[in-house]
Amino acid sequence: MFSYRKKTLILEIVMILVTLAMLSPFYFLVTTSLKPDKEVLTSSTLAPPKHLTLNNFSTLLAPSSGASSNILHGLLNSVIITVGSILLLVVAGSPAAYVLTRSTSRWSTRTYYLVLIAILLPTQLGVVPLYVEARNLGLVGSPVGLIVVYGGTLMPLSVFLYSGFFRRLPRDYEEAATVDGASRSRVFLRIVFPLMGPATGTVAILTGLIVWNDFFTALIFLNGSGHQTLPVVMYNYVGSLVSQWNLIFAVVIISMVPLLAFYFFAQKKFIQGYAGGLKG
Amino acid sequence: MTMIESQGRAANDRRSTEAPKPARRPRSRYRVGYGYWWWALPAVVLMIVLIYLAIASGAFYAFTNWTGIGSFDFIGLKNFRRIFQTAELTGALKNSLILGFGFLVFTNILGLLFALALNRRLKTRHLLRVLLFMPVVIAPIAVSYIWKFIFAYEGPLNQVLGAIGLKSWQHDWLTDPKLALAAVLVVMVWQNTGMVMVIYLAGLATVPAELEEAAAIDGAGAFRRFRAITIPMIQPSIAIATTLMLIQGFRIFDQVLALTGGGPAGATQTLATEVYQQTFVFTNFGFGAALALVLSVLIFIVTIVQQYATRDRT
Repeated sequence: MFSYRKKTLILEIVMILVTLAMLSPFYFLVTTSLKPDKEVLTSSTLAPPKHLTLNNFSTLLAPSSGASSNILHGLLNSVIITVGSILLLVVAGSPAAYVLTRSTSRWSTRTYYLVLIAILLPTQLGVVPLYVEARNLGLVGSPVGLIVVYGGTLMPLSVFLYSGFFRRLPRDYEEAATVDGASRSRVFLRIVFPLMGPATGTVAILTGLIVWNDFFTALIFLNGSGHQTLPVVMYNYVGSLVSQWNLIFAVVIISMVPLLAFYFFAQKKFIQGYAGGLKG
Repeated sequence: MTMIESQGRAANDRRSTEAPKPARRPRSRYRVGYGYWWWALPAVVLMIVLIYLAIASGAFYAFTNWTGIGSFDFIGLKNFRRIFQTAELTGALKNSLILGFGFLVFTNILGLLFALALNRRLKTRHLLRVLLFMPVVIAPIAVSYIWKFIFAYEGPLNQVLGAIGLKSWQHDWLTDPKLALAAVLVVMVWQNTGMVMVIYLAGLATVPAELEEAAAIDGAGAFRRFRAITIPMIQPSIAIATTLMLIQGFRIFDQVLALTGGGPAGATQTLATEVYQQTFVFTNFGFGAALALVLSVLIFIVTIVQQYATRDRT
């Protein structure tokens, strides 16, 4: 019935063209980053570089340049903060979601409603008091403070995602293990959590992406400190380059590569995470 | 080994409960009882402190003139009066509304169209999905720099327009007060259409092809099938995609800061960028909190309306 016909072929061609148009910004990004200084000013922005050069990248990454230590530090800080936040969200979020879905008490239902409401609440209002409190506790500019902030503000998302998966998990395994004499904590650690690999993957990808790419919170909490994440480093560095687009784009590409590499390596997981996880 | 054994035993167990045996009462479903509430404690405490308490104390500061250091006074509704009497701030409110709704509408229309096109049949659909989703994973601030270049006066957009004979359409996109906001919207929509597409693709995957075929045999045209079968069946996806886009649209910050910095002359200021500037640049904590409260109430109202509009009617 719905077979491949002439109309389908036309649609296919149209969609390929649409995709190419959607991806055109990446063409400008890459070609400009490979142009020498003179060419950026004189040649058309649409033209590919006449003299390919990797100078922009080597200027940024050469150990002698001031930029390289900033960028590498930013990369390291981003990794530490993202991994730390994911760990907190998984370690605290999964048992919480488990108890909330497997217990039938009135309080667990009420707590779950609190979680759902928290997802919809705009956290912007909380940022000011959080910043003030963190400043009082000396946590501004520290990765630990930011990990706690991300852990708390993204916790409802983590609990919500895990709950969706736990609800679909048949209870047979847990019942069987209990019959064998396993305690509740053993059942969770040895059976439920390992079975929930896809849930943990979804939580890690969704929250990790938010943390890695976050600019607003990172700017407020880390700007000016020695622990800036990549987006903040990029913001400050680009601010110091006036219209040196080849250098700016080299910075942008360096900041994008780790994530894009991970995306193409695990693209199925990414897309499923967004599609399936959010269905809950 | 033990797993298999215990599974077998569980099955036996169930059989035995089905047969009426007065000695054993039927086992209830596996539950985690009261004694385990502390498993949820770390997560719940983190959430309550960092979301609920933080928001409550933000709402408290909104009625004060605190500057971030030292003491403060309660000034009632003065902050709010000042917000609604300052042209730049009411402009920011208007811009937030335009961006929020524009973002919601355009991402959902484009995302749904892409999802419908890439749902079945096309041979390249898997590759195209991966490519169209790609912008979603990049940091919004990085995306903004790419587009800042594209929109620049000497940039690719104007050069393309010049090359195809539309010289009169050339503009200084980001410094023209009439166009800058639209330019910001374009960047937001470009980055997030792939995410909406993926959410709709997941919904469309639940619509059985046989159902559509049956309807087609009964004489239903493409539009009729879309309205009577597809739309009701992807209702959950519509609810999720619209909720996500609404919340994101109103909170928009990174793109504005990187593309225009709120300029030209405040033409692209949003409530989120004003919160940042008032609070962290001018250190008017009380006033910034009042702005954040306005933004929060706005998001809250719109979300409730949206939840009601996309509720499950079945």
